[in-house]
Amino acid sequence: MEKFTPFEGIVAPLDRANVDTDAIIPKQFLKSIERTGFGPNLFDEWRYLDRGEPGMDNSRRPLNPDFVLNQPRYQGAQILLARDNFGCGSSREHAPWALLDYGFRAIIAPSFADIFYNNCFKNGLLPIVLDGAVVDELFREVAAQPGYRLKVDLEAQQVVTPAGVVHRFQVDPFRKRCLLEGLDDIGLTLQHADAIRAYEARRREEAPWLFMDMRA
Amino acid sequence: MAGKTLYDKLWDDHVVRTNEDGTALIYIDRHLVHEVTSPQAFEGLRLAGRRPWRPGSVLATPDHNVPTTGREDGIADPVSRLQVETLDRNCETYGIAEFRMEDRRQGIVHVIGPEGGATLPGMTVVCGDSHTSTHGALGALAHGIGTSEVEHVLATQCLLQRKSKNMRVTVQGRVGPGVGAKDIVLAIIGEIGTAGGTGHAIEFAGEAIRDLSIEGRMTVCNMAIEAGARAGMVAVDDKTIDYVKGRPYAPGGDLWERAVAAWRELRSDPDARFDREVTIDAAAIVPQVTWGTSPEMVVPVDGVVPDPAREPDPVKRRGMERALDYMGLAPGTPITDIRPDRVFIGSCTNGRIEDLRAAAAVLRGRKVAPTIRQALVVPGSGLVKAQAEQEGLDRIFIDAGFEWRDPGCSMCLAMNADRLEPGERCASTSNRNFEGRQGQGGRTHLVSPAMAAAAAVAGHFVDVRRMIEE
Repeated sequence: MEKFTPFEGIVAPLDRANVDTDAIIPKQFLKSIERTGFGPNLFDEWRYLDRGEPGMDNSRRPLNPDFVLNQPRYQGAQILLARDNFGCGSSREHAPWALLDYGFRAIIAPSFADIFYNNCFKNGLLPIVLDGAVVDELFREVAAQPGYRLKVDLEAQQVVTPAGVVHRFQVDPFRKRCLLEGLDDIGLTLQHADAIRAYEARRREEAPWLFMDMRA
Repeated sequence: MAGKTLYDKLWDDHVVRTNEDGTALIYIDRHLVHEVTSPQAFEGLRLAGRRPWRPGSVLATPDHNVPTTGREDGIADPVSRLQVETLDRNCETYGIAEFRMEDRRQGIVHVIGPEGGATLPGMTVVCGDSHTSTHGALGALAHGIGTSEVEHVLATQCLLQRKSKNMRVTVQGRVGPGVGAKDIVLAIIGEIGTAGGTGHAIEFAGEAIRDLSIEGRMTVCNMAIEAGARAGMVAVDDKTIDYVKGRPYAPGGDLWERAVAAWRELRSDPDARFDREVTIDAAAIVPQVTWGTSPEMVVPVDGVVPDPAREPDPVKRRGMERALDYMGLAPGTPITDIRPDRVFIGSCTNGRIEDLRAAAAVLRGRKVAPTIRQALVVPGSGLVKAQAEQEGLDRIFIDAGFEWRDPGCSMCLAMNADRLEPGERCASTSNRNFEGRQGQGGRTHLVSPAMAAAAAVAGHFVDVRRMIEE
């Protein structure tokens, strides 16, 4: 995973609550066995006017001009501004993969669904929780100012508006470190291999039925 | 000191170590794997030169992509076929047990786990699938994970987690006849909302939950995620122990008695404290039907489609307007005036034997209405299918005009050929009514199996309690 560095990016507003992972990346694209290439199908059903299938040349498909990401002013957006419970539904990690592949590096919302929130951190996509009133204000500012950009600084845990207003956000210290340093968390866990083996040995005594081998 | 909740006990039993910042390494007892969320995890293992920590803890099966008809000819869609073949190959390479498509034990991962005794009370169970919460019905700590965590569990047998908060939903009293587990959980979601359980592990309790069979409890726990909670669970009781006894992977002999003694402890202490408590009156629950594009958009069958103009919150109001537009419904429409084009009975929510029995009880001696284009029954597993055939349920479905299919996720998420066409309306026993979930432009109404069967017969939604009285 690449290190997460401070950046300034265009903000695209997605003004609806409960955006689910089926909407973020529809199921037909989950048949891929790759981790990349999902960007052109991000929000597929909202973004295009036709029915998307794997293997299509997406550059030739008719775009839905009303969908926010298709508007010229939001091209190149790196920050998605969203509403409550963003990323609800299925656990598909294809959702953060698609957002990243499209070019997003951070998502700002008043709340996120648990599994999606967790999946973002595993991939270097930063989900930022800001107070509902602040998010309302950001939606107003984005609408009022074409080319609206925000600065995102994970180290300082802050989002800075063009007017210089600073919004602080909370983030779990371990997740923050992993993102900032681009750490491989499997490698970190394996540093505790002895503790895992000791736990296993104890549990095999206490509760051997938990170790029934599925290949038996 | 206050007592412990069921979740506290399950958590404490699985802590390998706790870090200074409060995160903990949690040991995973059972890892279920399917074809959609695992290929990139196996690829990650391969690239890093790692091996699975405990291959014997893993059970795999293809379920999302598999066809539900004409299976002997293989999978027609080459992209789906490659994904299923990739699972087969990965399981072979890494020595992982797999119930392949042609195995009679194949089925939806959340149906086959409990059915085989592969998931047991007191276990931590994970799967790259949000409906893993289903297994909590056995008194297990079970939740969905993403693909990176699938790789993490394969490589380390552990997950790094911060403990969730404790929430208890108590369903007091008893439900009436014709009201089932699906109605209970939809009513709960209608009450607390799709984010009502976010950040929490939910324990479902109360007389109405204890009255449910284990299958019914699975239906309730299955949809914990639709209430925002990654994990849902129910305390162990005699029903749990009776359910597990004799299953192929359940302990036997001396181990059985030891296991049962341990499982008896898997309930919240009387003085346990919950961060949040919600109480629901079971007697007030009537059969439920969703009208919108989020499971919280649900009303009783004797209700009407709500009016967004009465919603004070502007974000919610716009959400309701969009949902009505997508669903092609007008405010004030009686639910019983809504006419589905298709009916789907199946999924990890309602694809177990009891669900098929409930639907068949309504369909016995009746016919699917001529306005219904297709009515599908997709058993949750090969064993559920065999059991149903043994009981003659297949004949009831077929005589009524239903198609009797092979097991898989099918039209719950339409990754295989079973899907809605744009604008089509479906009475579905699945778990999500999101836009496009059952096919692009498809319109889903979530209901119980009995309600789906009743709608198939009537050609419109109808209170199944009346049909039972007839």
